[in-house]
Amino acid sequence: MSQKITIEPVTRVEGHGKVTIHLDDQGNVVRSRLHIVEFRGFERFVQGRPYWEAPVLVQRLCGICPVSHHLAAAKALDVIVGAGTGTGLSPTAEKVRRLMHYAQIFQSHALHFFHLASPDLLFGVDADPKIRNIVGVARLNKGLAVQGVMMRKFGQELIRITAGKKIHGTGAIPGGVNKNVSAAERDEFLKGEAPMNPDAMVLWAEEAVDFFKDYHRKNREFIDGFSEFPSNHLSLVRKDGAMDLYHGVLRAVDSEGKVILHDIDYQEYFNVIHEEVRSWSYMKFPYIAELGEQAGWYRVGPLARLNTCSFIPTPLAQKEFERFREVSGGKPNNRCLHTHYARLIELLHAAEVIRVLLNDPDLQGEELVRRGEKRHEGIGVIEAPRGTLFHHYRINDDDQIAMANLIVSTTHNNEPMNRAVNVVAKRMLTGRTEVTEPMLNAVEVAIRAYDPCLSCATHAMGQMPLEITLVRPDGTVVSRARSGGTA
Amino acid sequence: MNPPIVKFTIDGKEYLAAAGTYIIDVARESGIFIPTLCNIPGVKPRGACRMCTVSVNGRFMAACTTPASDGMEVRTSSPELEDLRRAILEVMFVEGNHLCPVCEKSGNCDLQALAYRYQIMVPRFPFQFPHRTIDAANPRLVKDHNRCILCKRCIRTVKDAKGRSFFAFRRRGHKIEISIDHEMADLMTDEIAGQAADICPTGALLRKEGGYRIPIAERKYEKVAIGAPDGTDTR
Repeated sequence: MSQKITIEPVTRVEGHGKVTIHLDDQGNVVRSRLHIVEFRGFERFVQGRPYWEAPVLVQRLCGICPVSHHLAAAKALDVIVGAGTGTGLSPTAEKVRRLMHYAQIFQSHALHFFHLASPDLLFGVDADPKIRNIVGVARLNKGLAVQGVMMRKFGQELIRITAGKKIHGTGAIPGGVNKNVSAAERDEFLKGEAPMNPDAMVLWAEEAVDFFKDYHRKNREFIDGFSEFPSNHLSLVRKDGAMDLYHGVLRAVDSEGKVILHDIDYQEYFNVIHEEVRSWSYMKFPYIAELGEQAGWYRVGPLARLNTCSFIPTPLAQKEFERFREVSGGKPNNRCLHTHYARLIELLHAAEVIRVLLNDPDLQGEELVRRGEKRHEGIGVIEAPRGTLFHHYRINDDDQIAMANLIVSTTHNNEPMNRAVNVVAKRMLTGRTEVTEPMLNAVEVAIRAYDPCLSCATHAMGQMPLEITLVRPDGTVVSRARSGGTA
Repeated sequence: MNPPIVKFTIDGKEYLAAAGTYIIDVARESGIFIPTLCNIPGVKPRGACRMCTVSVNGRFMAACTTPASDGMEVRTSSPELEDLRRAILEVMFVEGNHLCPVCEKSGNCDLQALAYRYQIMVPRFPFQFPHRTIDAANPRLVKDHNRCILCKRCIRTVKDAKGRSFFAFRRRGHKIEISIDHEMADLMTDEIAGQAADICPTGALLRKEGGYRIPIAERKYEKVAIGAPDGTDTR
């Protein structure tokens, strides 16, 4: 079957997706594609800039998770300035960065669950979009909405004391950080009145996990059966197998739990992960080189992380992790909507880590930067809220960036999101010729479970600029729908 | 013999100064804020940026190159002057490529601080987006021509013990740019590179590998607003 859809690039925009669904003569879905039509160009325009600008420059990729880019770039530059990978920094620098990162995970996960995902769960996928949004959540369950806002605020304020400001700070510099956390800054949180203290946040995170578990009990068929397909899973883990979102080695498991990437040093990532380019999307398709393009694709993000790690090194999250593993009989969990469950367990883990870090006197240490023998190449990898994030830089003899390669979480999840769309489309559309709003939203829910960057700002207002096109074998458009109604 | 004393007014108030004293120096000593970019106290003025334009007996003159004289009536502010200064700043922003959000000089930058002071939101002129280069060949200093406003501060002040300048202009017209003297480049020490980066009113001259060392909220103009050297804002 051949048909061609032309999409003009929409540049520098947050959140533009386009789905095409191909039908055969009998009206059966044969192929679905999620097109990401954004073009950013960061890899190109950082070339020539002084290398130490990278953490501040590339974080402008995103307003939701800039800290992840900031830190991934800083970690790559740690290698370049000879501070080693992950463990070469001073205790103060590493812990300030960890606090910044876990605060980011905390606020981003809270944002996604409370603002973006909860409307679908509270009202149902097929509810009227006029109420299926964060304002609707606030009307129905004010407490839940307030929790979401306050948890985000908690994370953002922690980012402020570590990075200098809440969005697009400058805290991480090559070889360390430019500030520690003063005792006064720390006490804003440790001695803060509830809910702005870590104990209250741990409690709320536990409640969020309970909320999902309760919802799961009542809606098991929807959550479990919505979109399930076998896949590989990839993430960083600590060398002992523990979940570590700041630093570790690369591990991947297949859908049965067999380890297919054995704790690889990420400085060698390019030997094990390759990227495929497809003509219809600006987003590349990474895959595990040994397995090839067809079988080597994988998921990243909360679901993948809980599938790859051996344990979670904080007690409350570990208990939930054990329950999570039980759900899928100890094997990797391949159910798309269980990503929400995994994300909330990570939310709890982040709250626990933050509590431990805030009580650590190393945060007030004076040694901020370490440097060693300079190198011309460095790779930084971090577990961003949405998944594994790679930053790879090469510099010239004059300290200018000569090459940059960024593989962001949403890119890793490109193939899985396409698969998820396909699964949902086949179930909802086969034999039908009209696109309805509930069907449109079901596709959105499948994409949204991955919390891709393309859904960032706009969906928070209840509108994800998503367009779905149904195409016959001869290329004629059967039906086209945009978020908010059939066009 | 001491120079004669001249009597004149600034904003209606009478001042005395030695003949030959520039208006900008009298204003500075008297706590009157006149914005400057190219001027450096104690260094021969060049009148390159025109930010210090004031009204002298009804005519617009650069305060940094105009000596005070008897009977002179100077006005440092009027709607027309403020708009002129704003326009000069806007021209500088559109003529180069100034990306404050990622610039390591942000918070320590005179140009940015003045833009905040004059509340520049959107320039009235179209952006030129010139194609400029970054020269990082010197082991201690990066020259980012995107941000250079051609104020000559580096040429006029960064010199060796014999008075030879490390910097000079090269090329002509709109292609003119700052260059580091080839013969002098080898003599540049960390100290001199630091002096050059400090004297630059924008982020055009940067010490290598020193970026972003000062945390946000600790930077120069986050602590004291421009025009308030004693901590007293003269706006």
